[in-house]
Amino acid sequence: MIELRGIHRHFRVGDQEVHALDGIDLQITAGAYVSIMGPSGSGKSTLLNLLGLLDRPSAGSYRLDGRDVTDLSDLQQAAVRNQKIGFVFQMFHLVPRLSAAENVALPLLLAGVPPRERTPRVVQALTELGLAERMQHKPDQLYGGQRQRVAIARATVTEPELLLADEPTGNLDHHSGQEVIRILESLNARGITLVMVTHDPEMGQRARRRLHMLDGRLEQDHGAA
Amino acid sequence: MGLRSEDLVRFSWGALHGYPARTLLMLLAMAIGVAAVLILTALGEGARRYVVGEFASLGTNLLIVLPGRSETAGINPSTLMGETPRDLTLDDALALQRSPLVRRIAPINVGSAPVSHDSRSRDILVLGSSHELLAIRHWELAQGRFLPAVDLDRAVPVAVIGSKVRDELFGADPALGEWIRLGERRFRVIGIMASEGRSIGVDVQDTAIVPVASAQQLFNTSSLFRLLVEARDREAIAPARRQILEILRKRHQGERDVTVITQDAVLATFDEILGALTYAVGGIAAISLAVAGILIMNLMLVAVSERTAEIGLLKALGASHGQILGLILVEALLLSLLGALLGLLLGELGCWLIRASFPVLPAYAPFWVVLAVVALTLLTGLLFSLLPARRAARLDPVLALYGR
Repeated sequence: MIELRGIHRHFRVGDQEVHALDGIDLQITAGAYVSIMGPSGSGKSTLLNLLGLLDRPSAGSYRLDGRDVTDLSDLQQAAVRNQKIGFVFQMFHLVPRLSAAENVALPLLLAGVPPRERTPRVVQALTELGLAERMQHKPDQLYGGQRQRVAIARATVTEPELLLADEPTGNLDHHSGQEVIRILESLNARGITLVMVTHDPEMGQRARRRLHMLDGRLEQDHGAA
Repeated sequence: MGLRSEDLVRFSWGALHGYPARTLLMLLAMAIGVAAVLILTALGEGARRYVVGEFASLGTNLLIVLPGRSETAGINPSTLMGETPRDLTLDDALALQRSPLVRRIAPINVGSAPVSHDSRSRDILVLGSSHELLAIRHWELAQGRFLPAVDLDRAVPVAVIGSKVRDELFGADPALGEWIRLGERRFRVIGIMASEGRSIGVDVQDTAIVPVASAQQLFNTSSLFRLLVEARDREAIAPARRQILEILRKRHQGERDVTVITQDAVLATFDEILGALTYAVGGIAAISLAVAGILIMNLMLVAVSERTAEIGLLKALGASHGQILGLILVEALLLSLLGALLGLLLGELGCWLIRASFPVLPAYAPFWVVLAVVALTLLTGLLFSLLPARRAARLDPVLALYGR
């Protein structure tokens, strides 16, 4: 599913060169459940952004589903993000002026799906996450766990193959966090590839495959298939 | 894949709604700019139309023939010999009437004479002319007929009087068909001028109009005060002027001793000056639109940085460069359109207020200005939001999402 070869990512901060990723080789099979752990600044978020085509590597190649996506144009990358990849963020990133249903509809809207087709898919996605009663609520009328569930509905409404989660429980209380992680795991159980960045060793240990990063390198790789 | 246009508009509309203070501020800036352009051009155009209208009331395609040469050409034989220039006569008028370039001709003789009816009497202005004066001057009759269409040298004892003269001589009694006395002669009243019959320089209401031959007898003269000539059409004005000068020169023993004034020349100059003034004022007002544009640019930049996270999110959800660009531009266009409409409303209200306060000033913004200002507003909005839109489209989604 995912194949990274010799990925480097350099930033220039002032006159210092920062090697956020320093030679990453990684293969992730379809349907895998992978956690990426490591201290702050180890490059785990940068890796996730690269996997999500939000960032481009300085060197190396990235194949997604057998297709080289390293040098796709902006338009093509946008299409891949829209169709194949779902994002779940620590800060939820819901648009505050839009209702839960409108937030979930956003990726379909960007893809040009007509409203008649859009509505049942949005309703289904929200209903599956237990938010049928909350569809017309604005984000500020929902509590944290509900917000993250709206975000997950948004990430999955396009039925992507890859779900990227960046500290999905980082802003939630323990109970809501457990709830969110169970939802993500159930999605994974239905075949979606789940890659999750986390600080929390307890969360990280739940994944079948656990990657540890340090200084832009993969230090440990447990449970690779 | 592409964003459907109704979704695009709805999303942008929602974004405008989401930041009401910013939206109102931009709308206001746009609207004031648009209203300023409309009101100022309406003022300029109103002034132009007012002046043109005043001149038109003199008559159209009008040439005025005066005895004497008004050019200060220095010394000529007549000044040396102490001659007065030859008078204009009825024969001159008849000669000009034969020209194909002349449509109408009205000789004018003016004098003051006592008018009386029964015991009432006063001094009024007596105008000697022909039946064509009515058409040349665009006057109207309230009652009766104007002077009869007879040969210019026939002294028919009829008179057309102004409404003020009628009121003073007859009060509430009927005046038509009554006899009045002008100087030593008796005239029958055949018509009354309408009260709108107003013209620069002459108060028709305080006048009696009689056939020119009768006026000459009354004032015991064979000369004319001036000749009003209406050219066939606008193009005929200049050739008619040359022809009039030529005919009269021949009739006056080769002496060029008349002056021909064309009213249109004066009018055209005024028209031009006021037209240029309107353009200038409108142009100055258009600068306020540019200022509004700069304000829009700044506020859109603020909007983009306020919504950085949202834009990053849209990118993560699969929005392309072009889609982000489109979203911001549509937002600006919607805003400009609303601003333009609000401005039109405001401007029309302003024009209406001006017209209500100064009824003589027809302060209407020309329709093309309305169209142009709307187009200009849209263009300004689009142009000045290009930079913010490009900035938004180029936002690095990672930086945008994580606010780093």
